[in-house]
Amino acid sequence: MIDWSSFAYLAAAVLFILGIKGLGSAKTAGTGNVLAATGMLLAIVATLYLTRVVQLELILGGIVIGALIGSLLAKKIEMTAMPEMVALLNGFGGAASALVGISEYLSRQGETTGGMVSIAIVLSLLIGSLTFTGSLIAFGKLQGLLSSQPVTYPAQQVVNALILSAGLGLGVLLATSPFSELYLVLLLSVALLLGILAVLPIGGGDMPVVISLLNSYSGLAACATGFVLGNAGLVISGSLVGASGLILTKQMCEGMNRSLLNVLFSAFGKHVESKGADTANKTARSFTPEDAAIIFSNAETCVMVPGYGLAVAQAQHAAQELATVLEERGVKVSYAIHPVAGRMPGHMNVLLAEANVPYEQLVEMDDINPEFPETDVALVIGANDVVNPSARTDEDSPIYGMPLLDVDFARNVFVIKRSMNPGFAGVQNPLFFNENTMMIFGDAKNVLLELVTSIKES
Amino acid sequence: MLDDPAVALTILVLALFVGVEIISKVPTLLHTPLMSGSNAISGITIVGALLAAGGEERNLAAWLGFVAIILATINVVGGFAVTHRMLAMFKGKEQR
Repeated sequence: MIDWSSFAYLAAAVLFILGIKGLGSAKTAGTGNVLAATGMLLAIVATLYLTRVVQLELILGGIVIGALIGSLLAKKIEMTAMPEMVALLNGFGGAASALVGISEYLSRQGETTGGMVSIAIVLSLLIGSLTFTGSLIAFGKLQGLLSSQPVTYPAQQVVNALILSAGLGLGVLLATSPFSELYLVLLLSVALLLGILAVLPIGGGDMPVVISLLNSYSGLAACATGFVLGNAGLVISGSLVGASGLILTKQMCEGMNRSLLNVLFSAFGKHVESKGADTANKTARSFTPEDAAIIFSNAETCVMVPGYGLAVAQAQHAAQELATVLEERGVKVSYAIHPVAGRMPGHMNVLLAEANVPYEQLVEMDDINPEFPETDVALVIGANDVVNPSARTDEDSPIYGMPLLDVDFARNVFVIKRSMNPGFAGVQNPLFFNENTMMIFGDAKNVLLELVTSIKES
Repeated sequence: MLDDPAVALTILVLALFVGVEIISKVPTLLHTPLMSGSNAISGITIVGALLAAGGEERNLAAWLGFVAIILATINVVGGFAVTHRMLAMFKGKEQR
C-alpha cells in the first residue's frame, strides 16, 4: 500500500525550504513565513488523517492548550525580550523531541535493540533534554532571574567532561541493552544536568552564541526524532534548523573574533580588569546636548551607531525622532549595525524596525566602514566594545582582533553614555579620549530628546 | 521507509547542504526572524508527538505524547506568529 503521508511530509519539507528562501529579502520574507506555516499545517493534518492515529481527544486538547499559550506569548512579548522568547521556544522544542523519544522507547518494549532506531532514540533523548535545561538557564540569565555572570568552580571542565562521558556511556547501554527503566531515568537525569552545567559558566554577554547553538540543537533533536519514526520529513526539516543554528553561531563568533570553544569554556566577562590602552593622563571632553546640536545642524552626513544600551534605555524611538529631524534639515542619516549588536543575531535590526526606521537605512558593518572617513558626525548610542579602537591596535587587549565599526575615522564623534564605566569586556575605551570625540553623559533617551529639541530651536 | 541507514544518512547529508546554501543567503537584517521562524520549523517534532498521543491505548507513552503536543504547539504557533509580527515591522521607505 502506498503511504500517502510520506508525500505530505515531503511537500511540507519543500514548503519549509521555500519559506526560508523567502527570508532572503525583506520584500519576500512575509510570504516565506506564511509558506513555512502552511507546510507545518499540512504535516499536522496529514498525520491526523493518513497515519495510525486513532484517538483524537488528547491531541485536540494538547493543540488547543499549546496554541493558546503560543499565540499569547507571540502577541505580548516585547521586541527587546525576543532573545528570551527564542530561548524558551528552543527549550520547548527540545523537550517535545525528548518526550517523543521517551514515549517511543516505552512503546517499543520487547523489540530488538541495537539498531539505528535505538541510537536515534538515545540521541533525541540526550539532545532534546540538554536543549531543554540549557535553554531554561539561558532564559534565566537573559531575564535576570539568574546572575548573568559566568558561574565557575574548580575543575569545572573536568567535571563536565566526566558527566558528558557518563551520558554517552549510558546512551550506549540504553541503545544496546533490553528495556531498562533504570538506564532511561539515569540517562535523562544526566542529560538534563548536562544542559544546566554547560550554560551556567557562560556570561550573559555571550548569550547570542548560546541561543544560536541551542537553536541548532533543537533542530538536531527533531532530526533524531525523524530517525526514530523513520520519517524523512522530520529528518529534512530538523537538519535545516540544525544548519541554520550552526551558521548563525559561526557568524556570532566571527563578530566577536572568538572561537566557539572560547565562548563555551572561557567564562568571558568574569574578570573585570581595566588594562589595555593607557588613558590615565587623558580626560574625556564632556558636551551638553545644546552644544552638540550646533555641530549636528552643520553636518551633511550622520551615522548612528546603536548598541544594546539603546535598547535598555528604550531609546530607539527617540533615535528615530532625531533621525527624522536631521533628515528634514537635509542631513543624510544611516544606522551602522555591528554583527553582535543586541542580544541575539539581527536583534538590533528588529528593534529599529519596530521604531519605524526603514530597513534601507540599516547598514551592515562591512558596508558602512568605508563611509566613516566621509562622515561628518558619528553618534554612538549605548555601544562600547564594538567601537573600541584598541581592538585594532592594542595586541594586549582582550578584545584585540574583534571586528570594529570604525567610528573614530569620522570627523566628529559623539558618544552618549551614562558614565565612564567600561563595557562588557571590562576594557577601557580610548575612543572616548580622542580629540574628535565628544561625550554626552546621561540617559540615552533623555539626551536624544534634548538633542531633538535643541536642533529644532537652532 | 528509512529502515536502511544509508538512505537515511543520504537524506540527512543532502538536507544539511541545502540548509547551508539557502540560509547563507539570508541577510543579517533578517537573522532574528530567521531564528524564530526556523525555531517554529523545528516544532515539526509535533508529528512524532501526534503519533505518540494518538495510539489505541491511553498509557504513559500516550500522556507523554500529550505533553509533547502542548510544548511543540507552543513552539510552532508562538514561533510563526512572532515571526509574522516582526516581519510586518520591516517596511521599506516607499511603503511608509
